[in-house]
Amino acid sequence: MKLIGCLLLLSGWFIVLAALVMLVAVTQRTAFVVAGVAIELLGLVLLTRGYTAMQRRPQ
Amino acid sequence: MNFALCLLCILLTPLAAAGLALIHQGLGRSRSAAHSMMATLCALSVAAIVFVLVGASWTGFPGGAAHSFQAGGTQWNWLGNEAFFAQGILREGSLGSLTLCLQVFAVGIAAIIPLSAGTDRWRLAPICLATALFSGFVYPVFAHWVWGGGWLSELSANFGLARFQDVGGAGVIQITGGLAALSAAWILGPRRGKYSDESMATAIPGHNIVLVLFGCILALVGWIGLESASSMLFYGVATEQIVGVIINAVLSASAGFLAAVITTRIRYRKPDASLSANGWIAGLVSGSAACALVSPLAAIFTAAMAGILTTYLVELLELRLLVDDPGGAISVHAASGIWGLISVALFGNHSATSSSAQFLSQWIGIATLLGFMLPLIHGGNLLLNRFLPYRVDRDGDWQGMDIRELGAGAYPEFVIHADEFVPR
Repeated sequence: MKLIGCLLLLSGWFIVLAALVMLVAVTQRTAFVVAGVAIELLGLVLLTRGYTAMQRRPQ
Repeated sequence: MNFALCLLCILLTPLAAAGLALIHQGLGRSRSAAHSMMATLCALSVAAIVFVLVGASWTGFPGGAAHSFQAGGTQWNWLGNEAFFAQGILREGSLGSLTLCLQVFAVGIAAIIPLSAGTDRWRLAPICLATALFSGFVYPVFAHWVWGGGWLSELSANFGLARFQDVGGAGVIQITGGLAALSAAWILGPRRGKYSDESMATAIPGHNIVLVLFGCILALVGWIGLESASSMLFYGVATEQIVGVIINAVLSASAGFLAAVITTRIRYRKPDASLSANGWIAGLVSGSAACALVSPLAAIFTAAMAGILTTYLVELLELRLLVDDPGGAISVHAASGIWGLISVALFGNHSATSSSAQFLSQWIGIATLLGFMLPLIHGGNLLLNRFLPYRVDRDGDWQGMDIRELGAGAYPEFVIHADEFVPR
């Protein structure tokens, strides 16, 4: 779960960079940047859940 | 630019580090107080040496030499390419030398932020190693992108957007430090006794709230110097406009503090001193990004929102997400910093660009921090943790870091309580 979270963080950033390089129209760029940030947030949630689940395990 | 005034402002900046050090130390436990201050000085020392020897070369400065590549018909300036060991730069009396002088203190401030999250369990040797990685590579990369003429500062020229605005270092210093704090807290895990077997949190109060509140005042003076110097150096703010930066800094701290006082008064019936101190710093952090770009009213609103947000986030992290962050660094520096970057687009004075273009640029900067800097920081910390474990052993957990690592406590004439939170 943590690895997937990290990969999603990076994927979201690459989508944001792709929007900069490949798109010109402001609306399209905005949509891609929003999508990239949403994927990053998903990655952050997964990463956080991974560590929270680890803490909940009895030591 | 007024060289003498800029230098004077830079000289105030170490007070921000002093203030944060007192806050971290006071919010930790008495049995790790000396260790906390030692860790701060170790981190500051390592950060200064590694940054001047290596990091400054990659950070660069606007108009300086840089590594770049061509992609999509655009030049991507991604890393500074100045001489290593600060060769030649110090005697010039130029923008480069002033930038280096400010960055030495700025990287120190960023490097001590994660110590707050690792209080009472993070060993000295791994702290030095993590700081070396942070100040030698992690910080310089993002500082170059924003303050050194890198691609985020060229969004306007290369992509027709607005320049990513981070005047006082909310992203460069605070969020990178806050993300490093999150990474350290995840790797270290909570202090022993912080959570019961049913994952119920136990309150482990800070040992000296007077030092914490005094640290807030010191931090304000340092912040004024930091924001004024970075405004002049990286955004060309005129000398006569620095008064506005100073006023905004004072208002930000005040609004963040009062918002936290009122919020905790309403929620817990009495104002919480430690959360109010966090509100003070959160106000300063959120106000950093737009310190030279917004009106006093906007600065007050931004900081007040940060103060309120911080009180809730500290609780969310501790109670729901089981992240043990004794100093509240993640909420105060990372979350408030992100809010500050957004507030630039909401309230900033964008003379040349539209508000929507500024929004887009700010989100690209935030996406870079979350999508690139966080994995970079966390990956580096995980790697270092494999070679040199970050966390103290079980005996150290029980004894406290002062005895375990330094051999003597901070308050030898006081009665030091054993770990009453942990059943032996």
